[in-house]
Amino acid sequence: MTKVTLTVNGRTVSGDCEDRTLLVHFIRENLALTGTHVGCDTNQCGACVVHMDGKSVKSCSILAVQASGSTITTIEGLAQNGEMHPVQAAFKENHGLQCGFCTPGMVMTAVDMIERHGCKLTEEEVRAGLEGNICRCTGYHNIVKSVLSAADQMAANRQAAE
Amino acid sequence: MYATNYHRVSSVDEATRLASANGDAKFVSGGQTLIATMKQRLASPSDLIDLRHIAALKGISVSGRSVTIGAAATHAEVASNAALKAVCPAICKLAGGIGDPHVRHLGTIGGSVANNDPAADYPSAMLALNATIVTSKRSIAADDFFQGLFSTALEDGEIITAIRFEAPEKAGYAKFPNPASRYAMAGVFVARGAGGVRVAVTGAGSDGVFRHQGMESALAGNWSAAALAGVSVDAGSLMSDLHASADYRANLVKVMAKRAIAAAG
Amino acid sequence: MGVEGIGARVTRKEDKRFLTGKGRYTDDMNVPGMKHAYFIRSPHAHARIKGIDMAAAKAMPGVIGILEGKQLKADGIGNLICGWMIHSKDGSPMKMGAWRPLADDTVRYVGDAVAVVVADSLAQARDAAEAVVVDYDVLPAVISSVDTLKPGAPQLHPEAASNLIFDWEIGDGAAADAAIASAAHVTEMEIVNNRLAPNPMEPRAALGIYDEAEDHYTCYTTSQNPHVARLVMSAFYNVAPEHKLRVIAPDVGGGFGSKIYIYPEEIVCLWASKKTGVPVKWTADRTEAFLSDAHGRDHVTKVKMAFDKDHRITGLKVDTIANLGAYMSLFSSVTPTYLHATLFSGQYVIPAIHANVRAVYTNTSPVDAYRGAGRPEATYVLERLMETAARELGVSPAELRRRNFINSFPYQTPVILTYDAGDYAASLDAAMKAADWDGFAARRAESEKRGMKRGIGMSCYIEACGIAPSAAVGSLGAGVGLWESAEVRVNAVGTIEILTGSHSHGQGHETTFAQLVSDRLGVPMDSVSIVHGDTDKVQMGMGTYGSRSGAVGMSAIVKAMEKVEAKAKKIAAHLMEADEADIVIEGGTLKVAGTDKSLPWFQVALAAYTAHNLPAGMEPGLKEGAFYDPSNFTFPAGCYICEVEVDPETGKTEIQQFVAADDFGNIINPMIVEGQVHGGIAQGVGQALLEGVHYDTTTGQLLTASYMDYAMPRADDLPSFKLSHQCTPAPSNPLGIKGCGEAGAIGSPPAVINAITDAIGNNNLTMPATPEKVWAALNAAR
Repeated sequence: MTKVTLTVNGRTVSGDCEDRTLLVHFIRENLALTGTHVGCDTNQCGACVVHMDGKSVKSCSILAVQASGSTITTIEGLAQNGEMHPVQAAFKENHGLQCGFCTPGMVMTAVDMIERHGCKLTEEEVRAGLEGNICRCTGYHNIVKSVLSAADQMAANRQAAE
Repeated sequence: MYATNYHRVSSVDEATRLASANGDAKFVSGGQTLIATMKQRLASPSDLIDLRHIAALKGISVSGRSVTIGAAATHAEVASNAALKAVCPAICKLAGGIGDPHVRHLGTIGGSVANNDPAADYPSAMLALNATIVTSKRSIAADDFFQGLFSTALEDGEIITAIRFEAPEKAGYAKFPNPASRYAMAGVFVARGAGGVRVAVTGAGSDGVFRHQGMESALAGNWSAAALAGVSVDAGSLMSDLHASADYRANLVKVMAKRAIAAAG
Repeated sequence: MGVEGIGARVTRKEDKRFLTGKGRYTDDMNVPGMKHAYFIRSPHAHARIKGIDMAAAKAMPGVIGILEGKQLKADGIGNLICGWMIHSKDGSPMKMGAWRPLADDTVRYVGDAVAVVVADSLAQARDAAEAVVVDYDVLPAVISSVDTLKPGAPQLHPEAASNLIFDWEIGDGAAADAAIASAAHVTEMEIVNNRLAPNPMEPRAALGIYDEAEDHYTCYTTSQNPHVARLVMSAFYNVAPEHKLRVIAPDVGGGFGSKIYIYPEEIVCLWASKKTGVPVKWTADRTEAFLSDAHGRDHVTKVKMAFDKDHRITGLKVDTIANLGAYMSLFSSVTPTYLHATLFSGQYVIPAIHANVRAVYTNTSPVDAYRGAGRPEATYVLERLMETAARELGVSPAELRRRNFINSFPYQTPVILTYDAGDYAASLDAAMKAADWDGFAARRAESEKRGMKRGIGMSCYIEACGIAPSAAVGSLGAGVGLWESAEVRVNAVGTIEILTGSHSHGQGHETTFAQLVSDRLGVPMDSVSIVHGDTDKVQMGMGTYGSRSGAVGMSAIVKAMEKVEAKAKKIAAHLMEADEADIVIEGGTLKVAGTDKSLPWFQVALAAYTAHNLPAGMEPGLKEGAFYDPSNFTFPAGCYICEVEVDPETGKTEIQQFVAADDFGNIINPMIVEGQVHGGIAQGVGQALLEGVHYDTTTGQLLTASYMDYAMPRADDLPSFKLSHQCTPAPSNPLGIKGCGEAGAIGSPPAVINAITDAIGNNNLTMPATPEKVWAALNAAR
């Protein structure tokens, strides 16, 4: 057993786990944050995407001990003061989710994508940016729409703040 | 995943010391292939030595046309490095097309080169760029480094510390991804530099990444897609699997070579 | 239409929990003392189990217990069954081989469960599983549905001679033969419908909890129909009687048919919980899902279609072999028969139809209904035929279809169904207009200039949803009724709880069902909550599949609402001293028509519960239930057009545009309906271009057991879709709803393949049309 310490959604947390424990299992089981999901065993579906030190990563592709010391944001940490993040709001507004299982990974991916692109994205870039996230319900149509709409909203928010 | 013991190290020396003390140890950097392999119980290192926190392995530097990429540079860092893009945009484009955004945030050039997956992108660039693989012990020419599927010149406990190459005049990369895994089903990196033309193929060879002499000769005289028209790609040495027969891969190699040339300009 | 009523694009009530990580899926459930199960599965496609040595494994760290099939049998747990009896044309019943939840004698596919390890952690369970030694006597295996019928093929079940489960027919063979013999033109094809893995993103899971003190079981599971699961586990598998078994299907991450069935794992988790004395949770990893989820499709069909000199269809003859895998899954028998062959009239007048279906065993994963269930297979056959016939006859594919459309309703097909409403030309016209069909030639010329091959293809599909009525399906062999239940509980403060037997696993019932109630009463949607997925809360239900929840599930709610409204009107009339017939409900009030007298809804509800002043003889309370059994199927139909560009150098197909024009009858929430169509199209395009389950035909090893080898559609494989709706309301239910869940997956594969074959000038192409296949077909055509 090794002690893992992380800053998760703004709080410092620690827990003991086997070295072979994946970050996603540490998040789900030790921290009881079950919004991060596991949809495959080959690091491809992206249901487990979280942000580590500000970048999207698949939490099933890294051990908890590897991540120890880092800052993690999970889907539970995205809304602030009860207000959904613009990406979450856009997914709701545009029906960018159905069964909800891939949704946390999609949302975390979209936040990262929009930030990396300075809120400027084309449909083609969004589709390419979703290469690491599989959805079986939506045909991606409304996910793409949601991400584009969120990017516009975040650009507008940024402009308003300036 | 089988049980393993994790070690975080802060220097190359510490890493090699630990490795020599643990025979079944493996180095892990981004872990984007190794952790997946361990999850499938297809690898069972007794110890994992994490290189991600060694400062000396980080960074990308460009001096004139001399490029040094730290082994721990992630694909995302290579893809977006402005100085590198100015002298060798092809390798940035290659890095920006590896896996997906999440893989690119963790996966490293050193890890990819050391693993030498026959469908990985980087090995083709290393060969075509005539890169030098710098390790904890020595410098190895790419031509000597890649030795077949998942096999390299690296000795036990030897760590890649950096990749060095002279940026060529022209370079381009094109790949055709496997529709399922998105790994290269055929990827071709072409480069024309001081040492002449080099063409390297990944994803297709039954013995891993390889240079294609026929295409190199054809392009040496005439750097254009048209020059490849008469070149034949021997399907006999190519992989055949569920996703692509050797004949189809042979076709893809040629088509991707043409597209790499077009991309190189 | 109000802002929240029928027809409004209301955003979903359930979204916030999914978007903030607060969804509660089966694997998210953790209970005190819970342990983890790992299944030991056969590595062989066919083998006899000689013995299992678990001594070393039992001593490993964390192991609570290791259980095998012999113990399960000794405890009286029954065989898994197929719930729909099909009789062969010789009158004999289908030949069902024994399927044990844990194999105790013979394993018949790679992935067949043999034993289960229960341990403190999943990793420990898996460590121990590797130490269990199963001694197998490996037998020869057969994979292909054609090979399995050949003399000398390995035999799977003693009950089924020659691996034949049934040899079934429908329609008039002599009439079809006569039509073909006298035809001016016959189009003949051999068509393969590729085997698919359903792949809901949430893998299957089960948590079994046995309470010794109460002798009671609770099962959390990833089910589309928890009540059916409880019924089957009680009545057939002897897990526990229904009143001692609670099944909860909480948030479920997609199903597409694969979560209808009762699998070995949930039975074993319940049984193992009693055996070990601890709650037992199992969650499939993706590879297990590929191995053990029921696959879909896998038909090989020979077909002939006859035309007269005016290009009218005169006859159709179909001969299909359906691969059902190693065991008969719950609805595996009905999928290739009544859900498949009854659709062979398509949208067309076809005077004579005959279909023969042979269902066979092979050493592969069981095959059952997957999104569309038999209807995509029928549509693919018909619409590939129509396109091919148009090419052979040198006529426009649109005109050939239009000429043969059914135009008057009701229409009795020669294969059981009576279509009750439709306007097929309306969808065809809408689709062609949306696709700018007439501008295709110019677009093709532009593609040619860039060295690309452009093609366009269409598909006019019909499907039958909301399978019913129960008496009719019973006469066809169904083991269950196909009604739905609803209960409306009006609370004393006027808020409303709707208990439904439908189950939402992505369909948005919490929103659409609330919309319906809001529309009827004029109360805010926020005051309505939907309760589903728990056998302790909802008395009985048949669940969600076959696009039935709108047409059947919501109709049951309407029936229960009518009862509640009638009682509320009586109370209101009494309180306002008016005639009951004059009471109308609107805007959240009960009004006396033609006066200014009214009572708010909540006040009437309160009056029902205070019971201080009710009409004489009336019982207190405001709660009603209903069971709704439809009088007919519903018949959604539409036209899909796909336009592709093929790169002749690589064979890669890129979809340039995809148009869907659907008639789903009345629509409650267009946003949700469009979402269903988008997802269906993606699965259909996946079947056409990317997806295929492949086995090694000698060893029976599954070659596509992960996303490394099974190509799932990703965002960059697909375009945005162009949708439109036409509307002929369904006459058979009070809402005029037809169902929209499967249309996308049914209509799209032939449109895609018709487009590619148009582009490359070679009609000989099988699904999935991978780049290599298209490249080869293009070269063959050169």
